[in-house]
Amino acid sequence: MRKTFGNVVAVDRLDLEVMRGECFGLLGPNGAGKTTTIEICEGLTDPDRGSVTLLGLSWKTEAKELRHRIGIQLQETQFPDKLTVEETLRLFRSFFHRGIAVDETIRIAQLEEKRTARVGGLSGGQKQRLAMACALVGDPELLFLDEPTTGLDPQARRHLWDLVDDLKRAGRTIILTTHYMDEAERLCDRVGIMDHGRIIALGTPAQLIASVGGDHIVEFAVMRSDAARSDAGRTNSIRGDLDAAPLKEIPGVQSHRVDAGLHQLSVTDLHTTVPRIFSALAAMGLHLSEFRTHSASLEDVFVGLTGRNLRDE
Amino acid sequence: MSRLDESSLYQLTSTRFRLFLREPEAIFWVFIFPILLAVGLGIAFRNRPADVLPVGATTSQLTQALAADKGLNATTMDEEVGTHALAIGTIDLLAIQRQDGVVYKYDNTNPDARAARLLAERAIQTAAGRRDAIDSQTELVQETGARYIDFVVPGLLGMNLMGSAIWGMGFAIVEARQKKLLKRMVASPMPRWQYMASFILSRLLMLVIEVVVFVGFARLAFGVPIRGSLIDLGVICLITSLAFSSLGLLIASRAKTMEAASGLMNLVMLPMWILSGVFFSATRFPAAIQPLVRALPLTAAIDALRSNMLQGIGLSHLLMPVTILLAWLVVPFAVTMKIFRWR
Repeated sequence: MRKTFGNVVAVDRLDLEVMRGECFGLLGPNGAGKTTTIEICEGLTDPDRGSVTLLGLSWKTEAKELRHRIGIQLQETQFPDKLTVEETLRLFRSFFHRGIAVDETIRIAQLEEKRTARVGGLSGGQKQRLAMACALVGDPELLFLDEPTTGLDPQARRHLWDLVDDLKRAGRTIILTTHYMDEAERLCDRVGIMDHGRIIALGTPAQLIASVGGDHIVEFAVMRSDAARSDAGRTNSIRGDLDAAPLKEIPGVQSHRVDAGLHQLSVTDLHTTVPRIFSALAAMGLHLSEFRTHSASLEDVFVGLTGRNLRDE
Repeated sequence: MSRLDESSLYQLTSTRFRLFLREPEAIFWVFIFPILLAVGLGIAFRNRPADVLPVGATTSQLTQALAADKGLNATTMDEEVGTHALAIGTIDLLAIQRQDGVVYKYDNTNPDARAARLLAERAIQTAAGRRDAIDSQTELVQETGARYIDFVVPGLLGMNLMGSAIWGMGFAIVEARQKKLLKRMVASPMPRWQYMASFILSRLLMLVIEVVVFVGFARLAFGVPIRGSLIDLGVICLITSLAFSSLGLLIASRAKTMEAASGLMNLVMLPMWILSGVFFSATRFPAAIQPLVRALPLTAAIDALRSNMLQGIGLSHLLMPVTILLAWLVVPFAVTMKIFRWR
């Protein structure tokens, strides 16, 4: 499908299939077209071209039935402050022919203590769980979650992840968007990485990470030895250039790139490769000013594909 | 859960009503404010014994002659002081003794001053020996229904029906749109017509309270008459409220922010507060703009309310205002259905 707003192409030639029972994540920076994509899937936005089929039904002909069978949590919905949690859920429950009892959704969302509290007095995490509960009242087969943890503190995020785990275990199909790679890795069976309205990579988190070519990422910055000597005592922030060819020849090094003077190598066997990197740099007469390693993540996949960081946007 | 509890229309309507009751400001503006206004106006325009009008005179003989009339309170002052007193309004009229007679100095756009002129002329001529050509007597009546409070209560009722309907619809809908709640609602299987209907139903519920409280108060506290049939009055209030609700929906149909909505609401309501005869008769406006004034929904509403309450005219004789109100109900509603923005 394709969707443009004015002359901005929000979603471009996107073709995607999500299996029943799967938790699928759309990962990408803000403005990548995730929300537009999910809102087209939710039947809230009409695509300029293309079509969406959910549960074998189409928005064009069976919209009414579809609305009863899917659950939706939108970005930044503010429920009325002066209603209580229970009243809000009772209202949403009344829209569905069949579904889960209000008490049960309150229990699932772990809002028992807040049942009679007004929405205005809930914390960000509790509000988000309420939004999730509202998406669940119709006992949906398919659940859409648009950036469910954006703006939450780490503890509230983990709390929400546990909730999503429970929903997955209950056999619901979930499609979520996020710009947190750790969230996508933690929750999703499959991830589509989006950028500029297109899916640029698709697969399980493990497959995507493997595509980087190594399990680990080594990041370092260097400066010339002579510069270090003459400027002794001062932390030299001028990051030096180097000839990458000898590094790439080291067994275990899969690829090399430079981002703002910071060199990144993807590496397979960290324990044998790192000493070789050290000696190679020493042989070139370079001093390390920074050095760190981390396990390869979806972030590195995104960086590898686009040359930009997810969080930069 | 009971059957009623499971009905989405019931849930939507009771949610509306709950949200209204939990908004203290809304309660004040809808229920308390019109009563306060009626009390204030009732006190300001209460029926008093005819005012004693302050007047000035340049000679003590004139003062004496004027003082003979119970309606006048005369003081002697020279012309210069008197002119100043006229200018600042401490006297309504100054009688100046000239060689060839008396000169009255007053502002003839001021009704009190015109009355003072008549009384002063009569007092001075009588003192000089004029005799009445015809014997006359007076008989006083105090009729409810002709007082200012009787005139203003139907006006305030109409104004209140307009305000509560337009604010009630406009703010709630635009707020829901701004907070993306409207979008969340249409993402659920909620039938869209029920969302609109819930507003109208909760409005009607409030309408009953609003009208009974206000009209009841006016009746008990000021003895404002209700000469027409109560059923007719109820029907007029109902049509009025629906017409303004429809207008409120139209105002709220596209506005994205509360600021934009308030601006629009004031733009719509302000001219009617002035033109539609809430506080004074709409017939005071020039003939050229009368067709416009007559076509406004508030003018029609107040016309019908006054005709019912003060003159006891039945609905069948109020076809014109009722037709105007119905038009204001149907046309904005139809337009709203075309242009309403759910997100």
